[in-house]
Amino acid sequence: MSAPDTGLLVALVGNPNTGKSTLFNALTGLRQRVGNYPGVTVARKSGTCDLGEGQKVELVDLPGLYSLSAASPDEQVVTDALAGNIAGDRRPDAVLLVVDATNLLRNLFLASQVAELGLPVVLVLNQADVAKEQGLRIDTDLLSRRLGGVPVVLTSAWKGEGVAEIRRALARALAEKTQLARVAWPAEIARALGDVAAAASAGTDRAVSAADAQRLLFDATPSTAERLGWSAAARDKVLRSARDRVRNAGYNPMAAEPLVHYAHLRALLDGVVAEGLGKAGRTAAVDRLLLHRVLGPVLFVGIMLGFFASVFWLAKFPMGWIQSGVDALKLFVAPPLEPYPMLQSLLADGIVGGVGAFLTFLPQILILFLFLGVLEDSGYMARAAFIMDRLFSWCGLNGKSFVPMLSGFACAIPSLLSTRTIEDPKARLATAFVVPFMSCSARFPVYALMCGAFIGPLYGAGWESVVMVAMHCVGLLFAVPTAFVLTRLVLKVKPQPFVLELPRYQLPKPRDVLWRMWQNAAEFVSKAGTVIFAITIVVWALSYFPRDAAVAERVRAASPTLSADALRARIQAAYVEQSYMGRFGKAVQPAFDPLGFDWKITVGVLASFPAREVIVSTLGVTYSVGEGAEADSQALRKAMQDARWPEGPRAGSPIFSLAAVLALMVFFALCSQCGPTVATLAQETGGWRWAALSFGYMTLLAWAVAALVYQVVSRLA
Amino acid sequence: MTPLSQLLPGQFGKLASLNPERGVDQRLMALGLLPGMVLKLIRKAPLGDPLAIEFAGQVVSLRLAEAENLIVDVSADCPIQRPRQP
Repeated sequence: MSAPDTGLLVALVGNPNTGKSTLFNALTGLRQRVGNYPGVTVARKSGTCDLGEGQKVELVDLPGLYSLSAASPDEQVVTDALAGNIAGDRRPDAVLLVVDATNLLRNLFLASQVAELGLPVVLVLNQADVAKEQGLRIDTDLLSRRLGGVPVVLTSAWKGEGVAEIRRALARALAEKTQLARVAWPAEIARALGDVAAAASAGTDRAVSAADAQRLLFDATPSTAERLGWSAAARDKVLRSARDRVRNAGYNPMAAEPLVHYAHLRALLDGVVAEGLGKAGRTAAVDRLLLHRVLGPVLFVGIMLGFFASVFWLAKFPMGWIQSGVDALKLFVAPPLEPYPMLQSLLADGIVGGVGAFLTFLPQILILFLFLGVLEDSGYMARAAFIMDRLFSWCGLNGKSFVPMLSGFACAIPSLLSTRTIEDPKARLATAFVVPFMSCSARFPVYALMCGAFIGPLYGAGWESVVMVAMHCVGLLFAVPTAFVLTRLVLKVKPQPFVLELPRYQLPKPRDVLWRMWQNAAEFVSKAGTVIFAITIVVWALSYFPRDAAVAERVRAASPTLSADALRARIQAAYVEQSYMGRFGKAVQPAFDPLGFDWKITVGVLASFPAREVIVSTLGVTYSVGEGAEADSQALRKAMQDARWPEGPRAGSPIFSLAAVLALMVFFALCSQCGPTVATLAQETGGWRWAALSFGYMTLLAWAVAALVYQVVSRLA
Repeated sequence: MTPLSQLLPGQFGKLASLNPERGVDQRLMALGLLPGMVLKLIRKAPLGDPLAIEFAGQVVSLRLAEAENLIVDVSADCPIQRPRQP
């Protein structure tokens, strides 16, 4: 928690797709802090908002939601935050309510619920430009009066219009404590709410607020009662008789809240919005094309293929620059350290080489996050879920699982966090379980190395692309049946409700997309990068030590006729082979023999369990360094192409045969080789049980499928 | 009286009843889909499921199975003109 103890806290609340985040960025000017709420992995985004005249407040951007009746952890955080029920966080001093000016009725339902909390409110009617285009004229003065005098501000966050007015209105709301007018509950419902509040206060020894009483009475889920510590035994009878009272007044207790609020809002909005002539907007027309029965799926596949193709092609250039930079850095640091061979090796091969290998695929991660942001902000992500839902619903997932699964192609960690938008805990668990199967960008360097060194040169660029695409599908191929078994046989998930708004299409705002890309990438680098850095050093040390001078002497004595360069390479190889890593790899190699892995690949596989991309740098150490070459990719490719089995039944044949190359890629496609992912999964699923199951299942599956691939392909080839 | 799932794309209806005990219907009610509300089935997804329906100036996706319990009156005095698209 980074919230300062002094100063005022303002919560930003609103429906999804109202431009809330754009407004947040505009108000805080990107002076933001990102943290986590305790216990759950909902990100807490906050920033400093200057209200002018030296007054500064902390603005916290709460997740978007339609109703305070919480169905997902994201929504629960909003309810808890507004009630001041989050450990280490204060109750907000005011609420900045963002609503879509083009749909006041639906948006004001949440406002009407928030009114019950009794907090000072500023109402922001965002997307005023779109409302104007549609011919809507909103009488903000009348709306403000009807809402009890709260400041009502028309803004267009996309264009940056009205932001200054929000600052002024917020200062006024904080000073004057402007509260939203509350709904008038029918007498019987008011009495039922009073009964619940009194009984709950008596049952929990604390004053239960009117807002909490509503959650207790109207929600089917017991989350509020559990939070208050009101036992099931105590509350059942009270709630049953209170709900009977509501029923006697002619309302279904489960429908009373929206019925009363919407009736109140209809009366309140009467005469506020005047509909004039305007353009209908292009969303319906675009949907006719993008959701067309035939063209829709074709365009969907096209967009996704274009998405991945451009990620790989666009990333190629910066990747090349980073690679050259790393090589240049290595040449720069190595010579002055010539007198200290251990330090030279640690710095040049270990740190620069290892971190460099990680940095080279950073451009891909950035571009993936950029594209995901564009898909999300434009409104196409919801359409993708709409098109794909049927394909997911049969295996117990839904179209919302598609978003985490798609972003799983970038990185499993943010995707695991994005499963929180799925309301049902079991569907969420199933989605989280299959997300690590998606071919994340850390697998890409493995495929790139293998395809670039073997598939491309031997079979041509066409097959290289085919194998590339196929490798990205392998995980998906196993993820879907896994989800089916998990949801139908293990978790026994009931068919999931799938209610999803298809929002208006919008041009993504570059600043928002770039900023989120930067935040996501920074989070990824700081989480994964530190692990990778540590692994790099450990792997280097395990393959450098023990450094017994007798090894070099023995090689020199055995081959006295070799040139100096060849001799040095021979010595290096001997050192790696007798290092701790080499010895361990050799000991474990028989387990990987059915997959066609030699001890060097085995070393790479073992070293990459904490972070799979480490395989590239590890192969760099075991092959390039071991054979006296620089660890840049051309030399590594050459060394791998030349590698032959030294002994055994396969003696003399290439280690990297087609079968072994495919088996290696399939192994990496399926294996659970990412420490941060396993940790995030444990955190998301509330314990190590599912994380351990995921790790064991994926690793065994990877071994079995890779063995199958090797055995089949090596017999066919 | 017809289940929403049997409406044709482009057809209007007035919501007659829903089941407030169901989670899906609670979500829809929060979005303003209450008895008496006029809605329109805009289209079905390319694979036939889910549906996209429009009501109260918004487009919402829901599954065929979920639409079966939403009973609409297609003979009611539904507007001939199209509701304003969001």
